[in-house]
Amino acid sequence: MSAGTPATVAAAGPRRLAWARRRRTVARFWRQYRQNRAGLFGLVVLALFVLTALLAPVITADNALSVTQPPGSPLDGPSGDFPLGTDRSGRSMIDLLIWGSRVSLTVGFWATFISIAFGTLFGILAGHFGGWGSMVLMRVTDWFLVMPSLVLGVVLAAVMGRSLTTIIVAIGVTSWPTTARLVRAQTLAVEARPYIERARALGGGHWHVMSRHVLPNVMPIVLAQTTLMVGQAILIESTFAFLGLGDPTTASWGATIQAARDVGAVSSRMWWYILPPGIAIVLVVLAFTLCGRAIEGVLNPKLRERQS
Amino acid sequence: MSVLAISDLTVTYRTAGGDVPAVRGIDLSLGAGQKLGLAGESGCGKSTMALALLRLLPKTARMTGSIMFDGEDVLTMSWGRLRAVRWAGASIVFQGAMHSLNAVQRIGSQIAEPILLHSKVGEAAARRRVGELLEHVGLPARRADAYPHELSGGQRQRVMIAMALACDPSLIIADEPTTALDVMIQAQILKLIESLVAENGISLVMISHDLSVLADTCDRLAIMYAGRIVEEGPAAEVFRAARHPYGAALAAAFPTIGDPSSRRSPRGLAGDPPDPADLPAGCTFHPRCPVRLDYCDRIDPQLWPAGDGARAACVHVLPDQGLSLVQKEPA
Amino acid sequence: MADSAFPTAPVPQLAQSMRDRSGVRRRLRYYGEKVAGSLVSLFAVILTSFFLFRIIPGDPVRTMTHGRPVSIEQQEQLRRDFGLDKPLAQQFLDYLTGVLRLDLGDSFQFNRPVTDLIGDRLWPTVLLVGTSVVISAALGLWLGVRCAWNHGSLGDRVNTGVALTLWSVPSFWLGLILIVIFASGAGWFPTSGMESTGVSGWERIPDIAHHMVLPLVTLVAVVYAQYLMIMRSSLLDEMGSDYIVTARAKGLRDVIVRRRHAVPNALLPTITLIFVNLGFVVFGAVLVETIFSWPGLGQLFYSGLAVPDLPLVQGLFILFSAAVILMNLLADLLYPVVDPRVRP
Repeated sequence: MSAGTPATVAAAGPRRLAWARRRRTVARFWRQYRQNRAGLFGLVVLALFVLTALLAPVITADNALSVTQPPGSPLDGPSGDFPLGTDRSGRSMIDLLIWGSRVSLTVGFWATFISIAFGTLFGILAGHFGGWGSMVLMRVTDWFLVMPSLVLGVVLAAVMGRSLTTIIVAIGVTSWPTTARLVRAQTLAVEARPYIERARALGGGHWHVMSRHVLPNVMPIVLAQTTLMVGQAILIESTFAFLGLGDPTTASWGATIQAARDVGAVSSRMWWYILPPGIAIVLVVLAFTLCGRAIEGVLNPKLRERQS
Repeated sequence: MSVLAISDLTVTYRTAGGDVPAVRGIDLSLGAGQKLGLAGESGCGKSTMALALLRLLPKTARMTGSIMFDGEDVLTMSWGRLRAVRWAGASIVFQGAMHSLNAVQRIGSQIAEPILLHSKVGEAAARRRVGELLEHVGLPARRADAYPHELSGGQRQRVMIAMALACDPSLIIADEPTTALDVMIQAQILKLIESLVAENGISLVMISHDLSVLADTCDRLAIMYAGRIVEEGPAAEVFRAARHPYGAALAAAFPTIGDPSSRRSPRGLAGDPPDPADLPAGCTFHPRCPVRLDYCDRIDPQLWPAGDGARAACVHVLPDQGLSLVQKEPA
Repeated sequence: MADSAFPTAPVPQLAQSMRDRSGVRRRLRYYGEKVAGSLVSLFAVILTSFFLFRIIPGDPVRTMTHGRPVSIEQQEQLRRDFGLDKPLAQQFLDYLTGVLRLDLGDSFQFNRPVTDLIGDRLWPTVLLVGTSVVISAALGLWLGVRCAWNHGSLGDRVNTGVALTLWSVPSFWLGLILIVIFASGAGWFPTSGMESTGVSGWERIPDIAHHMVLPLVTLVAVVYAQYLMIMRSSLLDEMGSDYIVTARAKGLRDVIVRRRHAVPNALLPTITLIFVNLGFVVFGAVLVETIFSWPGLGQLFYSGLAVPDLPLVQGLFILFSAAVILMNLLADLLYPVVDPRVRP
């Protein structure tokens, strides 16, 4: 990563130089990512879902989600008007799927944000400071890891009352330990590098070392973990919704499956009611997982060799 | 009759980004009881060479040429025959020894494994033989019950050597046998290998990045660069007065003790070894060569005789012929 | 350790016995630490459970009586029954001693002690979860080994693809689909329950097995994929190691190299992860039992969530956590048997 001759460096200034370096890093990252076909597939699927979620109000009719004035009659099979049939209130399954992508992505991103923020914070603190505090922090993490966190999440959601926020918080606060472990290990590895010692010797304080040196080096791993985590969070959200813990007024995919079960879609074999939301969940989760693995592969060449 | 005769060996790794040549045409031979040292920087293909001798490379590696071992070509052998030759004919001592030994098996059973496989003896006889072998390399026989992590680095290397001797091979390949050991133990291990090889009339190929280690132990030295041998000759000769500038640089990297001139001007070599996927044109060494001539990027030097049974692949060995070769090529 | 060219002098008798004694002490210390760690975890679970149900809802009585008409007097009565008028520390102490005496309170909806309910429903869950873990582990590890050994092959790509997809499948949905196809559709398997009525004696065994097929398939499908991926990646890690090359250089057959050298080493990290992931299986059981009306603890948990029947949910939370902690302790205690490096 040599950047031109010393003369141009001086002319460009350190900030421009840093930007150029970053741009090159991103370009190289993309070049390697592109070689992973599964990762590209995941990315395309993701883009489609995000687009759908963003355009939901535009591509569906105003009364799409209305229970009182539904566009069709209840529990109709697929037809010209409703290619995937209607639900128990007579709403189009397609519209439900489209609006469901909003719920899934919202919960996925926010829960992951909480989880990653906590995990990264605790991980870096535990890795940086060491000693007593770190030991306690890691014990807590270990304990969380061993505990059935999904059961805890369900209990938390049940106790706090039903809403999307509840689900987001419940997923977020029970899933950070994995990230914390990962980040701590990486922090320890980074802090063992000589330039950290140099930064300390030059008078860099804890905050300087953590924010300027450790954090940037931990970010790539966090990025991969984030991508994998969003998929898992979406999966957990659908599960919680299915268990009846979600906001009763939002049309999430899990809640749709739950509703289908309630009206006896299983015994009367209304496949159009059960199949599509499940497939949507599988696609989104798989897409995030494939992207996460592809990112991991780019960051860790040893892994890349394995995944091919 | 030579134990090992390699001719025109090439090894190419097939990767997603195209073929990567790791070994590019090597000729070598080794007589019974002879000791050959193979030196070079990491990535020059010397470890690939070591693994190729017993066809231990991953499936992505393609090999051409021939490796005659006791009169049989390793590259065309049947799998069954190859398995029989492995360890009984030629065995390997790896570097590091921590990961060369299975961490969850007692060392005794690891040493006994090839014995039980290749010679028709029972468990009890194999155990006796393990005890003998351990004492042979200076470890008490009861250490057979130990696990690798219970031994020191030097002791583990001794275990590896005992294991290599288990089936009385005619050739031992030692790949960096003393790397990661401290200096005193390095010397002990080298002495041990030397004496055991001499005692049993075993031929030795020793691979190292450390030219001084090889010069001490081996009869002949070969220096590899970018998948080829660039210099080969009697050990002392090559170490003291290498004819190839790369060989000279490697030798100079180790100061001669008691020689003030080597203390005052430590000589290293600038630059990195070339990427095997993207080799420089002409002599692969020319970008780093301190004595390059302006036509070195156009000529591919071969191993030419360089006096006293030595050969070197540098135009400086034969300046006249080198020049005439260049002049024949269109500029 | 001294490293000399000569055999080390025999260790004197005295030193030998001293080493033995310190070895015993070291072993006791190792096991003691593990047990103590689990006890701390268990205590933390009880503490969490206590706070979760008394502090977060604000007024536990209102949460408990959620949606049901209760008079002020009844609320006061409940408050006294639960000791909510006492100081917090006292409340926790009472709660702790209750849990330790296996008194988990009475369920609202069943009007029975939670402990009794758990006793009734324990065995179906143990049967289902136990069988599924054994099958998933066997299947996942076996496939994982094959994938890693032939990595990059068609079989590997297909298997990893299937595993990744199954990993993304919500288990409750998979269960429903299986019911639609094989139970209410083809009619090969019963749609719910664990036993048919009127079957007794030895005939119960094939009957229960018949009922268990679909729940088992659902649970195994989501769990084995994880085991496969874990085994695959840890075996791939091992395959690059020198000792594998050594084993091949010895002239061993490929199968023997794999069975005797690679797999035993790759199993170690895998075992740890399998036990850490047990919580995931427990949660999977909750969903699967709900879908298939399997009369186990998971279904009980689900019925408690809907009400919400707080004492029941709380008791099951403690039980599930304790079970996972116990299994992990077991794994920690047994680990030295398979890995000599951590042998104390």
